[in-house]
Amino acid sequence: MIPELGHFALILALVLSLVQAVVPLVGAQRNSSALMAVGRPAAQGQFFFILFSYFCLTWAFIQSDFSVQLAATNSHSATPLMYKITGVWGNHEGSLLLWAMSLSLWTVAVTVFSRHLPDAFLARVLGVLGLVSAGFISFTLVTSNPFDRLLPAVAEGRDLNPLLQDPGMIIHPPLLYMGYVGFSVAFAFAIAALLSGRMDAAWARWSRPWTTIAWVFLTAGIAVGSGWAYYELGWGGWWFWDPVENASFMPWLLGTALMHSLAVTEKRGAFRSWTVLLAIGAFSLSLLGTFLVRSGVITSVHAFATDPRRGLYILALLVIVIGFSLLLYAMRANKLMGGGSFGLVSRETALLANNVLLTVASASVLLGTLYPLFLDALGLGKISVGPPYFEAVFVPLMTPVVVLMVFGPFLRWKDDELLAEVRRVAPAFVASVAIGVGSAWAVDHLTWRTALGLSLAAWVVLASLQLLVRRLGERAGASAGSRLRSITASWWGMWLAHFGIGIFIIGVTMVGSLDRHLDVKMKEGQHAELAGYTFVFRGAVDADGPNYDAARGRIELLRDGRSLDMLTPEKRVYLAQGMPMTEASLDIGVFRDVYVSLGEQLEDGAWIVSLYYKPFISWIWAGCVLMGLGGVFAAADRRYRHLAARDAAAAVGSRVAA
Amino acid sequence: MKARSKRLMLVGGGVALLFAAVALVLSAFQQNLVFFHTPTEVSEGKAPTGKTFRIGGMVEDGSIQREADGVTVRFAITDTARVIPVTYKGTLPDLFKEGKGAVVQGRLEGGVFRATEVLAKHDENYMPPEAAHAVEQAQKAAQTLSQ
Repeated sequence: MIPELGHFALILALVLSLVQAVVPLVGAQRNSSALMAVGRPAAQGQFFFILFSYFCLTWAFIQSDFSVQLAATNSHSATPLMYKITGVWGNHEGSLLLWAMSLSLWTVAVTVFSRHLPDAFLARVLGVLGLVSAGFISFTLVTSNPFDRLLPAVAEGRDLNPLLQDPGMIIHPPLLYMGYVGFSVAFAFAIAALLSGRMDAAWARWSRPWTTIAWVFLTAGIAVGSGWAYYELGWGGWWFWDPVENASFMPWLLGTALMHSLAVTEKRGAFRSWTVLLAIGAFSLSLLGTFLVRSGVITSVHAFATDPRRGLYILALLVIVIGFSLLLYAMRANKLMGGGSFGLVSRETALLANNVLLTVASASVLLGTLYPLFLDALGLGKISVGPPYFEAVFVPLMTPVVVLMVFGPFLRWKDDELLAEVRRVAPAFVASVAIGVGSAWAVDHLTWRTALGLSLAAWVVLASLQLLVRRLGERAGASAGSRLRSITASWWGMWLAHFGIGIFIIGVTMVGSLDRHLDVKMKEGQHAELAGYTFVFRGAVDADGPNYDAARGRIELLRDGRSLDMLTPEKRVYLAQGMPMTEASLDIGVFRDVYVSLGEQLEDGAWIVSLYYKPFISWIWAGCVLMGLGGVFAAADRRYRHLAARDAAAAVGSRVAA
Repeated sequence: MKARSKRLMLVGGGVALLFAAVALVLSAFQQNLVFFHTPTEVSEGKAPTGKTFRIGGMVEDGSIQREADGVTVRFAITDTARVIPVTYKGTLPDLFKEGKGAVVQGRLEGGVFRATEVLAKHDENYMPPEAAHAVEQAQKAAQTLSQ
């Protein structure tokens, strides 16, 4: 009964999404405030029904109702409650429902936080979001109904993929989806602007916090996914340039470009047509990511379904969205020309370079991800594009981005003197190169890549500090407290996020250059040495869990004869599908992780043990945290609320006047 | 005139940057493609020597052997028609088993494939597409021969 209620609620949500799509758009066209006013309640009602539907599905999982096909294939009565709940989205159908729910949540957020927008504009935004929502809910209902029954019911479920039974997987998909789907708001704002022909500084200001928050979610989602891969896949890698990772990285790169381009549009009125194009692009890449991951064209832990009908449906959706947006863009782009002019040396120019490079970087990932699929689809052979390609591309593309990233904020908008600014930062630049080369030499790894990475990181840190000092010195004579307070939240956001990239680069460079790895056969009492640490194998014991059998190794970690930690990696076999799993054990530190995982047990009772030394790897995620925090600061700037109030007052004024 | 030449420089600079970046991407792409070959192609000498490529197929039954150090593994990969011996040093993936599909990446050295990477995927019943493809090709070839 409850699954049928959930199914019914989802159908009602589809009906409401169509209402939300059509009525306000027509209303905005005819200037009918009654029709436009339908958008908000329709969006909120839709959210209610999707939420209800989602709870119904979760209920089937919690109750182990194996007459529901999805629960039977993705849950098990012995699965811990937490993984029953998260198992709802650990499959194709449920994750689509989560997608629809995130979209609906964003839409409701727009109805709540954008009350100050002019009615016609808000109506168009909601209409566009309704169209996207209708596309996805109908996709779910037609090709991937999560409430399909399995009759007769089976006695026991097949359990969630053991790789997904992990705390990281509890938060990774919702965060990532909130990010992916969040770009739909920026997209809807862009389409609404094209429809209405209104694309001024106020429009950019409305879009900015939404884009930034979506970007924060995406950053966090990618970081958590990377962390999960690091400790769960059992061999210590943190990024694999796997097509599924690329699918989330492409919208991140373009979203980053969009945030910066929106800044120019808000402050200077320039780049307007480019900003709109980026908003369309970022959302299209989110859809493409969904297509790649969900259609089964890529085989990975994420590709649950291989039903070609599903891939075709998303592909059609993708083509319609991109096709219509670009058509609209082509028809209206001539209205977007002009905007503030700027000189050759200006902050605009620096941001333009940032945009060009980030876009090319995004395109290079697209090429590396899609080309093998195209060749395969056309029957021209099978190839793979691995990490060497992406590394060969990203180091030279990102080096100028990072150099400019901290230099750009020194430049004034509109026009500046290059020589004066270069002279100002030259000491920091020279010092960074010296520090980079010096520390590469100090850690005994003087390769050009290590030296470049550490120099870049030093440059980011030093130039950021210099920028802060300069900013604080701007109001000479004021007290220290009032100087600090005079800095806006969005400035701190920019500063923190850029600083975070410096920390991130330190992590990437150090772990890339200095990590150590040893595979070794160990019997009880035997020891191995790696990077100055001693590992003593203290044997393996049985450690069975609720839905798996396991052997737990006990490996003592010592340094200079002093015991630091007892590491307990496990080798599990999940009972439902007989699937083996490696569970690594880590000794986490600020400057290094020590990482141990169990391989196979050999006939003589010895184990193959993998030992890893990962210097500075935590800095990668610390950098991501700073970037995300920067985004939060930037979005929380008071300016958005103050000016929003002013915009609202202006809108009311114009309504009265009309 | 001055504003115009400034604008030209800006556009020219932007386009030059774009071209440089695209050229970089394409050349890196050319150099780093990893091709896939079936065991039959490899044994017919169609695979490149001294260059990294991938082989897909099944791990032959009874072929897995460990050397005394415990971490060097020898096995054979087959598409049911031809067999290629492989050596690999390191931890094998959880789902690497005899009779199951696998993909190996590495170089051919004196008739033995020295693998740097062994992939077996995430699901018990899952067959890597490259492995499935190799077996399919070999079986097709066998059918045409028997006709």
